[in-house]
Amino acid sequence: MFMLLTHSQPCFFSFYTNNINMASGQQWVLVEMVQAFYEAPAYHLILEGILILWIIRLLFSKTYKLHETYRLTEKEKEDLIEEWQPEPLVPPVSKDHPSLSYDVVTGPPSHNIIINGKECINFASFNFLGLLDNERVKQKALASLKKYGVGTCGPRGFYGTFDVHLELESRLANFMKTEEAIIYSYGFATIASAIPAYSKRGDIIFVDEAACFSIQKGLQASRSFIKYFKHNDMEDLERLLKEQELEDHKNPRKARVTRKFIVVEGLYINTADICPLPELLKLKYKYKVRIFLEESMSFGVLGEHGRGVTEHFGVNIDDIDLISANMENAVASIGGFCCGRSFVIDHQRLSGQGYCFSASLPPMLAAAAIEALNIMEEDPDIFTVLREKCKHVYTALQGTPGLKLVGVQFAPALHLQLERSSGSRDSDMQLLRTIVEYVSPTRGVALTLARYLEKEERFLPSPSIRVVVTIEQTDQDIQKAVSCIQEAASAVLK
Amino acid sequence: ATSGCRTGVASRQPRQESFEQAPMYVAVMTYLGFGIVTLFGYLRDFLRAVGLEKCHLAQEREEQKDFVPLYQDFENFYTRNLYMRVRDNWNRPICSLPGPVFDLMERVSDDYNWTFRLTGGTIHNAINMGSYNYLGFAENNADFLKTVADKTRQYGVGVGSTRQEIGNLGIHEELEQLVANFLRVESSMTFGMGFATNSMNIPALVGKGCLILSDELNHTSLILGARLSGALIRVFKHNNMHSLEKMLREAISSGQPRTHRPWKKILIMVEGIYSMEGSLVRLPEIVALKKKYKAYLYLDEAHSIGAVGPTGRGVTELFNVNPSDVDVMMGTFTKSFGAAGGYIAGKKELVDYLRSHSHSAVYATAMSPPVTEQIIRAMKCIMGKDGSTEGIRRIHKLAENTRYFRARLKEMGFIIYGNDDSPVVPILLYMPGKVVAFAREMLERKIGVVVVGFPATPITEARARFCLSAAHTKAMLNQVLHHMNEVGDHLCLKFSRLKYSSCPNLHDEKDFELGS
Repeated sequence: MFMLLTHSQPCFFSFYTNNINMASGQQWVLVEMVQAFYEAPAYHLILEGILILWIIRLLFSKTYKLHETYRLTEKEKEDLIEEWQPEPLVPPVSKDHPSLSYDVVTGPPSHNIIINGKECINFASFNFLGLLDNERVKQKALASLKKYGVGTCGPRGFYGTFDVHLELESRLANFMKTEEAIIYSYGFATIASAIPAYSKRGDIIFVDEAACFSIQKGLQASRSFIKYFKHNDMEDLERLLKEQELEDHKNPRKARVTRKFIVVEGLYINTADICPLPELLKLKYKYKVRIFLEESMSFGVLGEHGRGVTEHFGVNIDDIDLISANMENAVASIGGFCCGRSFVIDHQRLSGQGYCFSASLPPMLAAAAIEALNIMEEDPDIFTVLREKCKHVYTALQGTPGLKLVGVQFAPALHLQLERSSGSRDSDMQLLRTIVEYVSPTRGVALTLARYLEKEERFLPSPSIRVVVTIEQTDQDIQKAVSCIQEAASAVLK
Repeated sequence: ATSGCRTGVASRQPRQESFEQAPMYVAVMTYLGFGIVTLFGYLRDFLRAVGLEKCHLAQEREEQKDFVPLYQDFENFYTRNLYMRVRDNWNRPICSLPGPVFDLMERVSDDYNWTFRLTGGTIHNAINMGSYNYLGFAENNADFLKTVADKTRQYGVGVGSTRQEIGNLGIHEELEQLVANFLRVESSMTFGMGFATNSMNIPALVGKGCLILSDELNHTSLILGARLSGALIRVFKHNNMHSLEKMLREAISSGQPRTHRPWKKILIMVEGIYSMEGSLVRLPEIVALKKKYKAYLYLDEAHSIGAVGPTGRGVTELFNVNPSDVDVMMGTFTKSFGAAGGYIAGKKELVDYLRSHSHSAVYATAMSPPVTEQIIRAMKCIMGKDGSTEGIRRIHKLAENTRYFRARLKEMGFIIYGNDDSPVVPILLYMPGKVVAFAREMLERKIGVVVVGFPATPITEARARFCLSAAHTKAMLNQVLHHMNEVGDHLCLKFSRLKYSSCPNLHDEKDFELGS
């Protein structure tokens, strides 16, 4: 007991604990403590006293705030609020901005289109199967109008599900030979809602550089890591996948929960060429990555029955996790759909934002889509005919002076780019615009420039003219168009 | 008809908005209910894992079993164990026009809601209290729809191109003129989808270096548009002007975080009517704040355009605010006009900028022609341009229905949220079991209602949401009220502790502008 008095620790603490072990009575502890207090050296007591006072001071002083010195006075705040001037809500747009003046189409945008008052042959609308003007489709739409009116007045969850929607979904699933399909009321929103439903923050998406804008918006909304690989370059993609595999080995716990996706398009809208699907599938199984395929341009175009790029390559459709397409091109209606296995698609019914929080597709547009599917199923020859015409246009447009044709020969929407760029995008666009205006309306062939948002695109494609082949174009029409373009090109691009 | 007296040009006092709190025991029972269901959920998961219960969920492919799982188990806990048991109350298919009465398709489940089977039967003439059909334009009267049928025959249904390329039809320009006239602004632009109007145009207006002050209860499309824009988002408490002003002062005086550079723009985003609460925005106060602090105002009138205001022009007319004070007026055509799509209206510079820089104008297909024609004819009807008083009659009928329905429900003792003028009527049910029982019971009595719970609403405030329509007759409303009374007593849903008198307030009649 007395040995503890010379111990370096505060003597009465150790004294007290020691006394607990001794199990003496209460009064013994008190007497011993007081005795120890009297017998302790003075410097020890003084040191203890100072420590206690310091602790008390720290306990009661204010915490040190880093921004204490930055707090503004009321007057300073008022001054800052007075002085602050915001930018105008929108920057001024000059009157002759090229995107400001729209061409006005009076009358239906079908094979013979009236632009700005002049009648032309339509080489610019994505009406691949000519169903925009089809009588059967219109009759079905009218019948639906008589029964259901126009709008659905609600999202799918709240009495916006009509029997037409259920029928269209099952028809699409049957047509594509998948388990389930889900429809959206707007083509752009389809892939832009599908990607964020599966891929969240922390997941990794490998996407082709030439992906269209709606895919880019879907990627942005998902907040995942995006890795771009060069257009159609499987070696570049494999390199990225290998790098990721090395990362995964370093951190296997994280890799077990990080989902990985590849997003590609069947036929790219920006470059009119096809993705190498068999190689992609090999990479899928080798590196365990899921594939999302965007088939807006190839649905109703490629494949023996028009089922798209999977039928074109003879690939088992179950190997693709999700196929998304819009119904605004070949199907000539409005909206979009995703199809695949129920395991994948059913998830979008609760997490697809464009599906849950938006009104459903108007029934007359769904009825028109069903009739278009009927026509596609009854007559699979139209796809072969369309591809023949595409080939015809492709070969005919080769060798246009000053312009090069971009795309594969069975793509229905081709691009004509300048062979030699003048250096600045604006002057390139001006040249191409002059060609388009030369050709239509005076010569009677309607073409259009491919439009992009220059500041928003990640990999801005070169300026080009869109040439769209539809099944309604006769050989004469194609002949006329090609000669007009060649004439215009040689006149403008001397 | 005699012309009633208006309250002059002074700004209209907003009516009472009530958000009565339920008694404490209700909150306790709600949490208890959720707790019990969660426990059962865990039990079921365990049984499924052990193999005692059949797993109904779709499974991953054999070939892909070694891929990283597409869904994490805990993400889907709520869906698997809570939502699945009660999901027969949503996604109910109908096979008729979504008018004041509709036909529901009979749907049964043999395995507790995992799969559904349509029996082929129909529930005829159920009263529709769920569709957004405020002015009753969801109709299939051949006379009214004559122009729409003509346009379908002339144009077809698709367009096949974007607005900037070759999809700009003359009919689109006609619609935009009409919308600008209707809203009393300089010009407007229309888009094919209401949700996409927000998500594609907010990024075009604001970007990095800007600040968005968004109301707590804003719709998903506004939140998505704000996120995609890259601006900093701060949320202020619902309809709370103090919170908003405090945030404005803080933001302007301290600038952007970390660098303290001044903000490029500040955009306040609010909605006209908040559809889950039924509350109206406090527009005059927000406009005053916006002018004082030089911010911009984005008003989303998805539910309020056509549904409020003496001539259906929305909250600007209701509160007597000059439409040019609101910088960006946005709305949708799905609700009051019975069509689809959205619009943005305002000054000519704004709309010109959107014509050249909006994502929708460049990449998304233009609006379908028959849908455009439906909006044109509905708008002409509301404005009176078709030579009849049908539009005004409908607006008055909607206001009358709203007043009557709300007053009677309050009398009965239900807790109703929101402003007395809003045609969206949320009735609080609180407990998860009651929510489901209510929906099923009303279906038995041939009334289609919409119920919403977590996560669309706070966890303790599950509710049923009624959407009134100008097409509802007094008889229909009385039938609904009668059944509500019975079901309310049966399920003990009358939580209100306030007393409401049954005779209408005379003061209310003065603000009611009678026919032309």
